[in-house]
Amino acid sequence: MLTPTYMDYSSTTPVDPRVAKKMAKYLTMEGDFGNAASRSHYYGWQAEKAVDEARSQVADLVGADPREIVWTSGATESNNLAIKGIANFYHKRGKHIITLKTEHKAVLDTCRQLEREGFEVTYLDPMANGLLDIEEFKKTIREDTILASFMHVNNEIGVIQDLQTIGDICRENKVFFHVDAAQSVGKIEINLASLPVDLMSFSAHKIYGPKGMGALYVSRKPRVRLEAQMHGGGHERGMRSGTLATHQIVGMGEAFAIAKAEMKEESERTLKLRQRLYDGFSDMEEVVVNGDLDQRISGNLNISFNYVEGESLMMAISGVAVSSGSACTSASLEPSYVLRALGLSDELAHSSIRFSVGRYTTEKDVDDAIALVREKVEKLRDLSPLWDMYKDGIDLNSVQWAAH
Amino acid sequence: MAYGKKVLDHYENPRNVGVLDKDATNVGTGMVGAPACGDVMRLQIQVNDNGVIEEAKFKTYGCGSAIASSSLLTEWVKGKTLDEASQIKNTEIVDELELPPVKIHCSVLAEDAIKAAITDLKNKAN
Repeated sequence: MLTPTYMDYSSTTPVDPRVAKKMAKYLTMEGDFGNAASRSHYYGWQAEKAVDEARSQVADLVGADPREIVWTSGATESNNLAIKGIANFYHKRGKHIITLKTEHKAVLDTCRQLEREGFEVTYLDPMANGLLDIEEFKKTIREDTILASFMHVNNEIGVIQDLQTIGDICRENKVFFHVDAAQSVGKIEINLASLPVDLMSFSAHKIYGPKGMGALYVSRKPRVRLEAQMHGGGHERGMRSGTLATHQIVGMGEAFAIAKAEMKEESERTLKLRQRLYDGFSDMEEVVVNGDLDQRISGNLNISFNYVEGESLMMAISGVAVSSGSACTSASLEPSYVLRALGLSDELAHSSIRFSVGRYTTEKDVDDAIALVREKVEKLRDLSPLWDMYKDGIDLNSVQWAAH
Repeated sequence: MAYGKKVLDHYENPRNVGVLDKDATNVGTGMVGAPACGDVMRLQIQVNDNGVIEEAKFKTYGCGSAIASSSLLTEWVKGKTLDEASQIKNTEIVDELELPPVKIHCSVLAEDAIKAAITDLKNKAN
């Protein structure tokens, strides 16, 4: 069987061979397999050295101090630690948290849990282009607001939030600012030395590092304190206990170092590929880009082919691995909550496909994908009663549907 | 989730795709589902003077299993009387296409579609 072309880099990325090669040196008897917490012998020192180097590599990419980086198992854990950690530590100051409806579930579900524990959370609607409405945010801040959590780049639609403006507002109002940067780090410039951000979550596997590895930036100036969520040996300054996974950490460090060195060239290249992909569809009828096209990460194209259901389109283009906002496979039949929050109609949300290109995508991959998608969209529209109705000039909103 | 062989066959080579004259007295049209739920089926049947379904056409907006369910149904109803066609159960479609539990609603929709088409035809006769 021919393996499909991978165009789902926002979901995960393959480990860069340079990263994998380095990781392999930290596993076996011949390598540096020691426990970084073993302060009394060579093996521990070697591991500690590797962990320190990786910590510097991660800090370097984002303009942080290495002492501000806390290792975690991934962005989900980082989000949990940041949000619950702040809420539990500062609950006497206030119990109100603000976030956005289009956040990742790792943020939304964490907030839901805090609601069950007595916190109050405001979930703001994004504007139609996916960006935060700054004025709306200002109005939502209260005396007892302790934390705002907004993602840097959205995982589905790739839109980029303005961290500087949001962070300034947070500082003025003495609200801690947490940012989920899983989708942005290594792809766009982040400089925490100047950005007014208190906490930032990172993941390794979105930028060619290993899965199961992440980090949380915890600002030292101004100082931010957290209540630990994982208790044990007091690792990571007591913020996250557990023996450090040296090989994973080294992999994340190497991936971040490569990203720093190649980010500019790579984002230019992926932007060209994204543009090429978009140009390949732009003359088709009833095609809509979801989310702001300019304020968007280079590799992402989320696009709806109206009157064609996303899952059937994915099935038709099985030679290309992508994701869809259609939720036909889920029991709820609800399409993507992110697209719904933008105010998209149900049928447009069901018709969405997310293409995300990356380090190993070629022009030929893009051209092949365009040809395949165009052919299959036409085929499925010939099969679609909604397309017939659209062609007959019938407004689908005027039809009395029998929802099931 | 991988698709079954029969679903793929119907999906790749859908049978009886098309449109019949919805205003003809011997044509019944059933349109079920909703864009909000991600699937809409339009099933049309044409009966001869003996009340036997001689032609069936469909168009479906939906996932592969929804398309396969409606395609299969058009094959099954041809040559059946309206009474026989109304006896078709969604579970038969599930069995034939080996649909997984999350796709059972597709077969329910197909059963609803044939019933709606028969009702439409009977309403026209009255």
